[in-house]
Amino acid sequence: MSANGTGGAPAIVYCHCKYAQVLPVATKEAVLRALCDSGLPFEAVPDLCEASARRDDALKRLASAGPLKIAACYPRAVKWLFAAAGAPLDAATTEVVNLRTLSPEPAAGALLSTALEANLPAGKVTVADAPKAVVAPNPNES
Amino acid sequence: MALSERTLRVVVYEGPGAIPVGAAERYAAVSALLERGFGVTRAGSERPVAPADASPMLVLGRWDGATPEPTGDPADGVLTRWATLDPATAGDAAERARAEMGAPVPGAWKPWFPVIDYDRCTNCMQCLSFCLFGVYGVDAERRIQVQNNDQCKTQCPACSRVCPEAAIMFPKYKSGPINGDAVSESDLGREKMKIDISALLGGDVYAMLRTRSERAQSRFSKERDSDKALAERQKCLAKLAALAGDIPPEVLMSLPSPEEIARKATEAAARAKAALAPETTATAN
Repeated sequence: MSANGTGGAPAIVYCHCKYAQVLPVATKEAVLRALCDSGLPFEAVPDLCEASARRDDALKRLASAGPLKIAACYPRAVKWLFAAAGAPLDAATTEVVNLRTLSPEPAAGALLSTALEANLPAGKVTVADAPKAVVAPNPNES
Repeated sequence: MALSERTLRVVVYEGPGAIPVGAAERYAAVSALLERGFGVTRAGSERPVAPADASPMLVLGRWDGATPEPTGDPADGVLTRWATLDPATAGDAAERARAEMGAPVPGAWKPWFPVIDYDRCTNCMQCLSFCLFGVYGVDAERRIQVQNNDQCKTQCPACSRVCPEAAIMFPKYKSGPINGDAVSESDLGREKMKIDISALLGGDVYAMLRTRSERAQSRFSKERDSDKALAERQKCLAKLAALAGDIPPEVLMSLPSPEEIARKATEAAARAKAALAPETTATAN
């Protein structure tokens, strides 16, 4: 299992955020279904926070997979969750698809696309870095 | 919390030697595994996946023939088990493999803990001074770090609210910037963002708790009424809960005794002071 022969396309990582309801369920289901429908290889983790807290080696494995597209939550949170686990992400080759703010279709589209738009924050994150995509309200959040 | 545990990696395999499954079955199997807390790799050649490492592996497939025999040796730390891919039984197969290979069981603890944004953190040690539960510490370079994340109180974001730079995130928190969303300048000065419990109570919260306790002790030394003592403490903490916003009442109610709070606060402040002191002073101490 390696990046050989894939033409530099990014590996896909999906976080199921199992231990909290912060990701809209409909978005999670739609994105996972789109991944399975696509037939593409992907990595799925039950919960990035939980893996980070345990410093699970799975995060080191993922961080070493080359260019990455990570479907999870805010890029700032994802960046430091990996860093806290001793598995820093390469800012130049990582794109985080924010399932907290994107609606299902754009989220799935961004994840499956071979084009990579690196978006990990560097330095202090300000409102200028906030996602400009369509915002899907999360019924689980008050 | 144990570090660097190698959890079971479940691989859904549909390549040579296995019969591909339909998208619906694939989705059902992956969903079932994720809901049971297993990480899943759907292997293939069109995109890269994470490289193999020493983690134990269970490979699920519709085998075109007999199910492969277990491989690997416990001595070299790389173990692989094989089983039939069936959405209805995938979770159970993974549980069995995890038990057989002695892989850890994740998910025993709800992952609520602070994550530090070191792009923003100024190492001011306010979080270390504030937290009564020993979550924070410093590393060898005396840089603030989260050392005991499992001691954090679920749903309590209080330390993120005392951080002057909004550098402390709780990714599962409901709103930004504590959840990792971008930080605006107005967030930093916003009253809503900050909790200054001391100011809210018109003084040092620890002193307030101490005073109340002393009053109560004085009264109770005559009355010997433990119920009243408990009621007094609950009243005090309920007031705190009301004023502190989103700090869960159960967190406040589980605070240690006023004396213990004062002792812990003094210790934390001393640790923060030591971490901020010039190297020579810290060494001398």
